[in-house]
Amino acid sequence: MEVRNLICINCPMGCPLEVTLDGGEVVSVTGNTCPRGAEYGRKEVTNPTRIVTSSVLVAHALNGEKTVSCKTRTDIPKGRIFDVVKALKGITVEAPVHIGDVILPDAAGTGVPVVATKEIL
Amino acid sequence: MEKYNIVIIGGGPAGLAAASAAYDEGERSILILERDKELGGILNQCIHNGFGLHTFKEELTGPEYAKRFSDQVAEKKIEYRLNTMVMDISPDRMVTAMNRTDGLFTVQAGAVILAMGCRERSRGALNIPGYRPAGIYSAGTAQRLVNIEGYMPGREVVILGSGDIGLIMARRMTLEGAKVKVVAELMPYSGGLKRNIVQCLDDYGIPLKLSHTVVDIQGKDRVTGVTIAEVDSSNKPVPGTEEFYSCDTLLLSVGLLPENELSKTAGVALSRITNGPTVNEQLETSVDGIFACGNVLHVHDLVDYVSEEAAMAGRNAARFVREGRISDRSRELPIHVEGGPRYTVPCTIDPARIPEQLTVRFRVGSVMKNRYVSVYLDGERVLRRRRQIMAPGEMEELVFKKSMFEAHPDLQNITIRVEEA
Ligand SMILES: Cc1cc2nc3c(=O)[nH]c(=O)nc-3n(C[C@H](O)[C@H](O)[C@H](O)COP(=O)(O)OP(=O)(O)OC[C@H]3O[C@@H](n4cnc5c(N)ncnc54)[C@H](O)[C@@H]3O)c2cc1C
Ligand code: SF4
Repeated sequence: MEVRNLICINCPMGCPLEVTLDGGEVVSVTGNTCPRGAEYGRKEVTNPTRIVTSSVLVAHALNGEKTVSCKTRTDIPKGRIFDVVKALKGITVEAPVHIGDVILPDAAGTGVPVVATKEIL
Repeated sequence: MEKYNIVIIGGGPAGLAAASAAYDEGERSILILERDKELGGILNQCIHNGFGLHTFKEELTGPEYAKRFSDQVAEKKIEYRLNTMVMDISPDRMVTAMNRTDGLFTVQAGAVILAMGCRERSRGALNIPGYRPAGIYSAGTAQRLVNIEGYMPGREVVILGSGDIGLIMARRMTLEGAKVKVVAELMPYSGGLKRNIVQCLDDYGIPLKLSHTVVDIQGKDRVTGVTIAEVDSSNKPVPGTEEFYSCDTLLLSVGLLPENELSKTAGVALSRITNGPTVNEQLETSVDGIFACGNVLHVHDLVDYVSEEAAMAGRNAARFVREGRISDRSRELPIHVEGGPRYTVPCTIDPARIPEQLTVRFRVGSVMKNRYVSVYLDGERVLRRRRQIMAPGEMEELVFKKSMFEAHPDLQNITIRVEEA
């Protein structure tokens, strides 16, 4: 049995998690306040993932905004974070942009789209 | 002169939630004044995720969270004015503001809600020796530059202070190609949330040096490097521990201060600990009919709590407009703290006015492990909660129930005490 102590990063509560592994298999997660913590603990020791947030340039915005913020719609493998950020370099989108609009359909081959997180008119 | 029943100063998450809740309470004469060109406050530059999980059961980014609330304000057709700077609030709730279309104008408010948020502590307050070269930014300024202006302030970065904005910027600048060399924190504990240490520093192998500070800044026109040294228990640098880091940028993330210049003009009493107004259980300041919520009241790490607190201020302001004062102030009892908490919000409670449930929030002054947090009414313990760990960087809360107070009709003393478990 192996015990790993983690901090759940899903929300600012930052619950201390204790993940128990047996031969690479997760047998229990304790310390979480909500179910998302258990899911995070399980994933973090097997296949850690993160949501990536960034911003890209926007053209012709009504209020003169220069950038629009964006995120991967779901979490992607932790090892691919830099590839996703690199894939966003050099992208300029045309205003108007709405929350949820796809900015990049498949971020660096992760199969996950990058979507806008702000409305720019 | 214009008249509104409720005037809200600041259109950040606090102002928006207060407006929406006042509307739900039946109030229709509401005006939000916001100096920025859009609603949403500081959230507009917080493009990272992790907002609103508890409110919306979804992990949102700052702008997405802000949009949920500005949409509510739009749906309810609550009036707001952008690019409008509030200049003065008088004790009898005359609000003077200025913008390009109306010029200087005054609004008579039935109730005022202070929701101005906070600003960053500046370098001046820090007392670092050396020249004043370019390349020194507050973390929040860097955040605005990178996230809103799309401009990278530097390539090689040292961060002083482990506040959340600094941690978030350590990751953001790393992702954008900068090398963040070290985060130095004066205190023996981090000022930011644990989750941000994990996902912003640990994930990228950025070292966090606790009990360290910047003792020298090199460079005349532009920063070329900084020297960091360990500090002893009285925060004095320990000779011989100096380490030099070459860098072109120094970010300061040394804390936030509630923005209360306006509150002062209104005669609102401020707490010397939080730098925010002292409020009763209605979140009403020392001035009748002036309420406060969000970061102007005390610095929050969690926007969900800001929204919750602000909604309460909004409801109470609407009730104040409708009913006026419910009782006199002489029955407001201070909440005493012992053994760790530095302050509470609210600071006072009138037992006769306590709602079914009242959330009392506080921060402790140092890291404390394995404690009980207890509430005593006239010496009798009415609530006890166990905490594995409490830290100054994380806000604590206790829920007071009306029923606790009903058994103490002649209450004289309310105390929150932290005890060894
Ligand atoms: C960098 C950073 C990262 C954060 N990360 C998280 C996170 O991951 N998760 C989380 O839940 N919370 C997070 N928070 C906390 C949360 O965002 C804040 O607690 C919240 O935004 C505070 O809301 P507010 O409305 O009180 O203040 P603000 O958002 O600062 O809004 C105040 C508004 O008042 C306006 N104003 C001020 N003075 C005047 C005036 N005189 N006239 C007119 N308008 C005025 C300002 O322009 C501003 O729009 C973070 C905060 C910061 C700063
Ligand atoms: S377990 Fe739930 S409440 Fe605790 S940090 Fe994770 S998401 Fe937040």
